[in-house]
Amino acid sequence: MKDVLKIEMYSRPENEGFARAAVATFMARLNPTLEEINDVKTAVSEAVTNAVVHGYDDETGVINMEVEIEGHALGITITDYGMGIENVERAREPLYTTKPDEERSGMGFTFMEIFMDSLNISSCYGKGTRVHMTKIIAGGNSDK
Amino acid sequence: MNILKEANCQIEKETVKIILPEELDHSNAIEIRTQIDKNIYLGLAKNVEFDFSKTKFMDSSGIGMIMGRYKLVKPLGGKVILTGETGNVERIIKMSGLYKLI
Repeated sequence: MKDVLKIEMYSRPENEGFARAAVATFMARLNPTLEEINDVKTAVSEAVTNAVVHGYDDETGVINMEVEIEGHALGITITDYGMGIENVERAREPLYTTKPDEERSGMGFTFMEIFMDSLNISSCYGKGTRVHMTKIIAGGNSDK
Repeated sequence: MNILKEANCQIEKETVKIILPEELDHSNAIEIRTQIDKNIYLGLAKNVEFDFSKTKFMDSSGIGMIMGRYKLVKPLGGKVILTGETGNVERIIKMSGLYKLI
């Protein structure tokens, strides 16, 4: 089975919850475990929050989210057209944040890495950031 | 926005206790922080108790908010108390290393 979901939304904080709920609902057909749903919801929440807080610095911009399902594989791509990341390697380091005053924990990319099977970040400084994550959803099935 | 709809706040013996919403993320962490800090700055409390018994989801924004309150109350001799955390919330807190700090 192959399926795709595409959502275009504004970078509003309210959409962080909407995005993770939409992905959770869409992936339900893979019969995921509660833990798998939570893993994906957390990763999506981190990626969309990054776009809102860092990509657009709380200004309004467009975020695209594409979710693909093929067999047991789940792929999620979240794109913003904001300021981009100057140093991606640095940004991936646990606890590193460019906004300590706003109490960002610096754990966003770390959580995406932990909760998903793969994390790919491509960013162009001044043009935007694309985060691509994948995860095999074994669910209750044993034929992972 | 009315924070009291989602997060209830009460003070007892220098501790501000906040009942956290079902989902804690960047969109509501700022309002909760404001609510707690107001009580600290007014000198009504120096300890913060986060009650997670209703919370089913939290991301790194929640971690940042708890760490921030810890940094705020520590110089005042206060402490941060976490109660009722289960499942996903407990796992996130463990991974963040917060239990070692507070």
